[in-house]
Amino acid sequence: MTMPDQPSPATPLLEVTDLAQRYTLPRESLFKPAAQVHALNGVTAQVMPGRSLGVVGESGSGKSTFARLVMALELPSAGQVSLLGRDLNRMPPDELRRARRDFQMVFQDPYGSLDPRQTIARIVAEPLTALGRIDRATLRERVAIVLRQVGLRDADMDKFPHEFSGGQRQRIAIARALITQPKLIVADEPVSALDVSVQAQVLNLMQDLQDEFGLSYILISHDLAVVDLLCDEIAVMYLGRIVEQGRPADLFAHSAHPYTRALLDAVPRARAGGVRRRRGAQPIGSQASAAAGCPYAPRCPLADQHCRETAPALRNVGDAHLAACHHTDAVMALPPVVAEAG
Amino acid sequence: MPSSTRASRWPTCERAADRIRRHRGNRTGRAAATGFWRRALRHRSFVLGAVLSLLVLGAALLSLVWTPWSAYDIDVASKLHPPSAAHWLGTDVLGRDIVSLLLVGARSTIMVGVIAVGIGLSFGVGLGLIAAARKGWTEELIMRMSDFTFAFPAVLSAIMLAAVAGPGMVTSITAIGIFQIPTFVRVTRGSANAIWAREFVLAARAAGKGSFRITIEHVLPNILSILIVQATIQFALAILAEAALSYLGLGTQPPQPSWGRMLNDAQTLLFQSPMLAVYPGAAIAIAVLGLNLLGDGLRDLLDPRLARER
Repeated sequence: MTMPDQPSPATPLLEVTDLAQRYTLPRESLFKPAAQVHALNGVTAQVMPGRSLGVVGESGSGKSTFARLVMALELPSAGQVSLLGRDLNRMPPDELRRARRDFQMVFQDPYGSLDPRQTIARIVAEPLTALGRIDRATLRERVAIVLRQVGLRDADMDKFPHEFSGGQRQRIAIARALITQPKLIVADEPVSALDVSVQAQVLNLMQDLQDEFGLSYILISHDLAVVDLLCDEIAVMYLGRIVEQGRPADLFAHSAHPYTRALLDAVPRARAGGVRRRRGAQPIGSQASAAAGCPYAPRCPLADQHCRETAPALRNVGDAHLAACHHTDAVMALPPVVAEAG
Repeated sequence: MPSSTRASRWPTCERAADRIRRHRGNRTGRAAATGFWRRALRHRSFVLGAVLSLLVLGAALLSLVWTPWSAYDIDVASKLHPPSAAHWLGTDVLGRDIVSLLLVGARSTIMVGVIAVGIGLSFGVGLGLIAAARKGWTEELIMRMSDFTFAFPAVLSAIMLAAVAGPGMVTSITAIGIFQIPTFVRVTRGSANAIWAREFVLAARAAGKGSFRITIEHVLPNILSILIVQATIQFALAILAEAALSYLGLGTQPPQPSWGRMLNDAQTLLFQSPMLAVYPGAAIAIAVLGLNLLGDGLRDLLDPRLARER
């Protein structure tokens, strides 16, 4: 393998270009063409080494599809996923398997992502054993190291997943992702299945690991606070498209897309003496409807005739701040949402 | 016991159960294993099933080293004796000792069961795992083929096979074995599909494992308990099928004793000496009942959700 260990700062770690994924629904009738769902619709993004990207959006916005495509677990319908300049989907299978040591994944459900019949040592060592044979002593040593890194003990190695709590299990899942010393970890809702207090522990751990190893994360979440904590850049997705992208501070202080704004407004805040107010919930758009115009228009309070006819393109609205909206100025002029305590 | 299906069906229950377990103190895999035997001994149908199954197995093993009389010696002079000190259950129409016949008959019963279930397991599980791993037309082909095989009753396919290959033990074992394949294909594919949908399989794929390794390392261990239970029940069905085929004269051939064969012989003497039919019938009933109870017991014991309720 001839791969530069330290890529020049100019080479993006991950480059996603015009990525699209369509799923074919089961046919309703033998004589009708099968319906398709556009889970991902032309997504372009870059992650520089050591930087992290957060992807937020509601259920069905294509976040998880994005994660699976970045992990090369599925073939995209169109577009490219390149890691360190090499297209993952054009690699020979053997090379892809070796390349996988550079990008690992942490899953949402710590109860489902660990095989209940395997010991922790086997689970954590899986990305290594998948690459080839390694002698037992070395393997156990490496497992012990990563277990300590995530705050577990060596002795936990020979236990089974059911002996751990949700938070501990998620630490085990993170240890599994760390064992190959990857450059990128894709985390799909890594804390949403955990209690709030445990969430903080796991997020702190992820932050510490980021500082220690210069890891890049792609953090998929519906929780803006989680993404804010760990990421240098945030992409807001809606119906398979990125609608706004930028640094967390810019995004939170001057949201340029009404959907981002709606997400921020929807964050529940505990406020002493605050008045309980029911939030206006909007119906979730359907991925199957492929009408012309802005996909957010049916839910958008600012939508006008122009929005319903022409889809807005992603354009610069500030320094490293992109949004796909015809009315960015109007949205950015709104007073900022009350600052959160991170 | 680790859970195979628990997490997917009852995520919240499991979480609660885990908390309770942690509260009691961490238990290692070993402790869980001894817990299995403690639970097993308290499970009535498991114990009864195990005792009956071991009785049949013991009879078969005993017949290898000792039988009261030879099961092959014909002594027409002492035919149809009632039970006595010499012949505990009497003799049959050819003067053979019933106890000896039953003991040796257990041997062919177990042999047919083991080989037929072995055929069913090896082909059925293999095909089922392939169907679950490959999906698409491979799965479709395997499933339609097993539907096709399933459509023929075991006895019918045995009769067809006997017509071609001649009756005998090999024929009946083959026919029963083939009959078992589709059942195992279905059970395997169904449970393997459920495992393939789990997130830890996705994690294994993200680690770079191919479908063969995932099948061997993740899928098979997680469906093993289901297969064990199914094999036990299929064993009982194989014994019944063997008895039926021998009764029809398509299975074990004389002079090799077999329980089905003994039933067949007893049929003509049903009014003279009805007990001749009762003994082999009871033997078959004990074996089938024992294996079914054992299967039920194993199903409960290997299913962590049911384990807590007993």
